[in-house]
Amino acid sequence: MHELAICQALMNQVESIAAERNARSVVSIVVGMGPLSGVEAQLLKHAYPVASAGTVAEGAELVIEDLPVRIKCTQCGNESDALPNKLVCKACGDWRTTLISGDELLLMRVELETAAEQASKPGEANEHGATIH
Amino acid sequence: MMCDTCGCNITHGNESLIRPGGKLARTQSGKEAVSVLHSLLDENDHTAKHNREHFNGHNVLAINLMSSPGAGKTALLEATIKALKADASRDLSIAVIEGDLETENDAERIRKQGVEAIQIATGSACHLDAHMIHQALHNLKLDGLDIVFIENVGNLVCPASFDLGQHLNVTLLSVPEGDDKPAKYPVMFRSADLVLISKSDLLPVLDDFKPENARQYLHDIASDAPVFELSSKDQSGMQQWFDWLFDQIEKQKAYLAEHPVASAHHHHHHEHEHEHQPHAEGNTP
Repeated sequence: MHELAICQALMNQVESIAAERNARSVVSIVVGMGPLSGVEAQLLKHAYPVASAGTVAEGAELVIEDLPVRIKCTQCGNESDALPNKLVCKACGDWRTTLISGDELLLMRVELETAAEQASKPGEANEHGATIH
Repeated sequence: MMCDTCGCNITHGNESLIRPGGKLARTQSGKEAVSVLHSLLDENDHTAKHNREHFNGHNVLAINLMSSPGAGKTALLEATIKALKADASRDLSIAVIEGDLETENDAERIRKQGVEAIQIATGSACHLDAHMIHQALHNLKLDGLDIVFIENVGNLVCPASFDLGQHLNVTLLSVPEGDDKPAKYPVMFRSADLVLISKSDLLPVLDDFKPENARQYLHDIASDAPVFELSSKDQSGMQQWFDWLFDQIEKQKAYLAEHPVASAHHHHHHEHEHEHQPHAEGNTP
């Protein structure tokens, strides 16, 4: 199950973003993935509590956005949805298609709880955010 | 979804408008929504790129061998090394990075053929990653080598997600496994630059395996990888595989002649500071 390794990589990215922003905690994490990323959303969700334990993101919600498989035919130019193992053009039937979407594995957004109560300039949050970790 | 919660009203469609230049948006008091769009595999891919530059710096072609367990990766390497050694006109210098689970068995099989083999003990890991290859490269002298084969962990799922810094992926599909494996493991087979139908000596016995079906399933996943049938046991089809290898070495040389590596000595930068600056445009729909 490589999802644990991938989830740990996700946590490293989230932790470093949280540290840069002097965040006290992470509210939510949005990951976008397609079926051809080679990662199972369910397994990633199972790995998440383990990987996030003890990090600034412990308890944060993990939201997974499923991105669709989309192909473009190199022969007739048609664009269509497709199944992960049937990437054949729906218009002309040719197999020579390119993948437009469906293999992504992206950290899209992170929502942070920051220390600053008032909207302040990013640099000023430092004094308030000293208690992270 | 998330942005409904925090009230910042950012969607895919308006994200770039709201955040020109990727600045973070401050939402309600004490909260920030940071738009990122980073691959989760950034760190691995960064090391993989570094490994590839290392191979390029030594004019070495790196080939990642993948398959399910028991499809014959080690046997193919043994037969390849043996045959090329016996043929004076085919002079290739080979080393192998072995990613088998726990044991040194595969590495020892390769060493018996007189070729250097570095064993990566992956423990219970289901795949190799770029960091493991990086470590192995510290123990492998690349000077004078033509090809480094990386024998990945036998698994048709996990290894497909991790770039190791190889130049080419070769995926084995052994006859006993059935001809529909490309339909069941599209991510793995889409990553293949060459598909080898191994144990082809069994085709007359296991006649429900139709090589033309395997080719059809590969077309269904829009793969244009060539497909060769071969047998390490009776040596049939090996010539085509060797021709392909030499062809790829020539292509790699031609590529490196056009894109010279900046410096002969490469320097290791082990600790990189990664900035998390949002990308200007994403590849999301």
